[in-house]
Amino acid sequence: MARSTTLTLLLITLGVGWAVSRSVLPARQASVAATSRSQRPLDGGREADSPAAVETSALQAAVDRLDAAFAEIWMSEGLEPATEADDLTILRRLSLALHATIPSLEEIRQFEAEPAEERLDRWAQAMLADRRFAESFAERMTRAFVGTQGEPFLVFRRDRFKAWWADQLAANRPYDEVVREVIASQGLWTGRPATNFITHSVTDGTPSPEKLAGRTVRAVLGQRIDCAECHDHPFADWKQSDFRGLAAHFGQVRLSPFGVEDDPARVFLADIGPRGQKRGVQAEVPFGEAWLPDSGTSRERLAAWSTDPRNRRFARATVNRMWALLFGRPLSAGAPWYADVDDLPDPQEPTSDEARSPLDVLADEFVASGYDLHHLLRVIAASRPFQLSSAVASAVSEENAGGSGSVEGTSSPQGGSTSADFQPLLDHWAVFPVERLRVDQVVGSMLQASSVRTIDLNSALMTRFLRFVRENDFLREYGDPGDDELLARSGTVPQALVRMNGKLVRETTEPNPFNATSRVGLASLDDEQLVEHCFLLCLSRRPTPAEQAYFSTAWDEEPPAGAPDDNDAGSEPKPRLSAAQRAQDLCWTLINAPEFSWNH
Amino acid sequence: MNFPHLPRRSHHMPHATSGCASVACSRRSLLGGFAAASTVAFSLPPLSARAAASRGAERPRSLITLWMAGGPSQLETWDPHPGGLIGGPTKAIATSVPDLQIAAGLPLMAERMDRVSLIRSLVSKEGDHERGTYFVKTGYRPDPTVQHPAIGAVLPYQLDGEAIAAGLQMPLYVSIGNGQWPGRGGYLGEKFDAFRVPSPGRGVDNLRADVEATRNARRLAGLELLSGTFRQGREGHPAATRHTETVHDALSLMASEHLAAFEIEDEPKEVLARYGDSDFGRGCLVARRLVEVGVRSVEVTLGNFDSHAANFSIHDRLVGMLDPAMAALLDDLRERDLEASTMVLCIGEFGRTPWINPLDGRDHWPSGFSAVLAGGGMPAGRVIGHTDPEGGDKPTDPIPVQDLYATILSRFGIDPAVELMTPVGRPLAISDGKPIGKLMS
Repeated sequence: MARSTTLTLLLITLGVGWAVSRSVLPARQASVAATSRSQRPLDGGREADSPAAVETSALQAAVDRLDAAFAEIWMSEGLEPATEADDLTILRRLSLALHATIPSLEEIRQFEAEPAEERLDRWAQAMLADRRFAESFAERMTRAFVGTQGEPFLVFRRDRFKAWWADQLAANRPYDEVVREVIASQGLWTGRPATNFITHSVTDGTPSPEKLAGRTVRAVLGQRIDCAECHDHPFADWKQSDFRGLAAHFGQVRLSPFGVEDDPARVFLADIGPRGQKRGVQAEVPFGEAWLPDSGTSRERLAAWSTDPRNRRFARATVNRMWALLFGRPLSAGAPWYADVDDLPDPQEPTSDEARSPLDVLADEFVASGYDLHHLLRVIAASRPFQLSSAVASAVSEENAGGSGSVEGTSSPQGGSTSADFQPLLDHWAVFPVERLRVDQVVGSMLQASSVRTIDLNSALMTRFLRFVRENDFLREYGDPGDDELLARSGTVPQALVRMNGKLVRETTEPNPFNATSRVGLASLDDEQLVEHCFLLCLSRRPTPAEQAYFSTAWDEEPPAGAPDDNDAGSEPKPRLSAAQRAQDLCWTLINAPEFSWNH
Repeated sequence: MNFPHLPRRSHHMPHATSGCASVACSRRSLLGGFAAASTVAFSLPPLSARAAASRGAERPRSLITLWMAGGPSQLETWDPHPGGLIGGPTKAIATSVPDLQIAAGLPLMAERMDRVSLIRSLVSKEGDHERGTYFVKTGYRPDPTVQHPAIGAVLPYQLDGEAIAAGLQMPLYVSIGNGQWPGRGGYLGEKFDAFRVPSPGRGVDNLRADVEATRNARRLAGLELLSGTFRQGREGHPAATRHTETVHDALSLMASEHLAAFEIEDEPKEVLARYGDSDFGRGCLVARRLVEVGVRSVEVTLGNFDSHAANFSIHDRLVGMLDPAMAALLDDLRERDLEASTMVLCIGEFGRTPWINPLDGRDHWPSGFSAVLAGGGMPAGRVIGHTDPEGGDKPTDPIPVQDLYATILSRFGIDPAVELMTPVGRPLAISDGKPIGKLMS
């Protein structure tokens, strides 16, 4: 019984997949009729006087202000920004940022069938409305607030917390409200999922005020006060007494059979000596006393203070984090701070006429919009820095990409002369940064590249089940950076080995009826079309003429010189590989290329 | 963000192109335009052939950590208190050190206790598995603002600059067995993370291409072309070019002649039998073979010791794997004249409670647990401290975990007080402990 059900599922998947591959694959005659996917308002916002149009012009005004702030910096620094990236590159960035995967061939066809004007913003809106956005960002926000830990057992339900975040993000609830609920809510961790923020800190049955204060300041205000737990912060203005005063806001919280509660009679006892000496500490704030309301529980007061519009750290921290999720690199990582996402310097008081930094311009916009996250993400996505290419015309241009690197014009090692000119561009966002993708983005992209259809919540059960299993296997081998996923890092050798020889890549590229490689092999009319399909599938772009020429002819004809000939004397000519095998080899190569595992 | 500039000894700058082993060179020619210089510390030559062939005290030192995951009971291993309130059914036996008794489940080690030193009074404040593991692997308590490197990663970082620069073909730091939290490079970088070998003796995962050589060569040639295209105009993004070098290092590892060190098929049956028929035993044998080719630091995990219920049967089984494997390892190191250069450390994240709970289990106990140290220039036959036979939480002669690491680092010729710059710009001592006097004289 169970077996026949599985078989039926397989057949259905196969049949649907086949039908779709026929409609998606044939190259230019893509008659993409409206898809079956419901929540894609691809034609929304184009009628002149609709509220959407008004809203669009408000968006444009915000984008203009942000772009002006960057333009001013580029001018004063004497920087020539990179050229605009093409739309498919930007679509890939958007898809990786908002859905943690590359766009499917199906989506690329739909995108290209639309009129070019404003289609990127329409897609950004559609992607924000897609549940994949809520799910992916929920994981990011969950990491920011509670990390990756699964403990403490029983009182902490990370899955509930994350699912709750996904609902808030899908509904686009004002972000300040969401944060206040996280900090201050009461009740059971199962019924009121936001309270899991409190319970994630529980040790020996008691929430830890120190841990909660540290997390709050990092996730909500974008600063690090944890250092001040033991000593004064080396460069920001946080003192140990500030830390204890903030921690005391969590000093009245306790667990009862009714869940997380606040007991006004409790006094927070801070450790003040190495031998466990303790002292009662009053709840205080290190600045902005006027923002602290008089009434409410101590957590409610802290929540109101943290998210008060006058507390500019809140909007700056949020804007910086969202920027990081779109670019793979926080705004603070550039000039003048070179700081991690949660290590922002103190805000300066705004002077009236002086040019505001892009961070402050964006923060003001976020406050003015009523803490509208979707709006903020659309503004960033439509801004000039997000649209720029990650490549610049290089001064020392190698005559042939990948040619023998030994003779390189001047003797500068690894383009040393160019990097000096390049760094200011990177520091001021005049070129799009190249950053390594997160592991969930890599695995999402690998799985998506194995299918011509979009893999999402509407996908067949079998596809989603396979994705779940493969994702977990891959994560175990590839490694998860845990809480620090927004730190820059390079790849490792074990990761290269997993990409090259691992099970996931083998399973998703081998020619079988489920995989894109065999469908591409069947549906491509000639070698050139096969190469183009594979490039779109894996890299979301078409091959350059040089790449097309190489992969459709030279690559296939002659094995490269120096190939180990382990097959005897090699006298008998090998039969040509099948189209599906060629697609398999090409997809392997594309998936292992740097372009695949980096955001660019 | 710029990549952290860590202060290194001058020879650590990984740009040299010399020392191209023949196998690696043929890979490189295959890859044509791939940069010849390796910048990844991960794959290094193990020791130079001469150093690897050397023996005795002159040989560069290596560390093998036998990691007892889950927290082994001191009472069922190195610090039994039979007959009293807390001892349970575990019996003690005499050892080759006068007046020293250990648990009866360790008869082979009992005969060899004169070759090791024993600390029975380690103290920690971390009673959670993940935090305790972090503390005991790094010597630092978890800190949300910085990720400390495991001691196994610090050793190659401090000692193997030349090998790293020469671009060798084996990992420096290997973690064998299915440990949940293998040692990490922390602020030294991911390239110092332990290279994981989950199933010892069955080779290493993902080292074989899954198509025949001609197709694979073509795939790699195509990859070279694509890497070149992507590099165009992006020379200034430093990390993006590193991708290509990482691929190159992975290929070097796949072709390394030293990979045989991971295989034990050709070991005589008698040798396999001495180590015991367990993954842990095979892991210890692989560890010995890795040290022989010059790997600096190996961790072999045994566990799970987390015996909240059925403490005694769990320990019977696991201690039964530990005893032959550890004894065989010590014997082999001695026989091959690798004892003076190879330190063996047996430790877990904490001990277990003296009292026995209603499920016949013991719970977490960071206030008094044991570690065994052998070889690598450590004095032998010394015993430091013991836990309270009545179950109190104050062992005699308490030793903080960080002092253990200060001791080990000193024996490797590394000053534990040397400060490294962390990515947040805060200098941190490699260890903030003090070498243990009784093990330094």
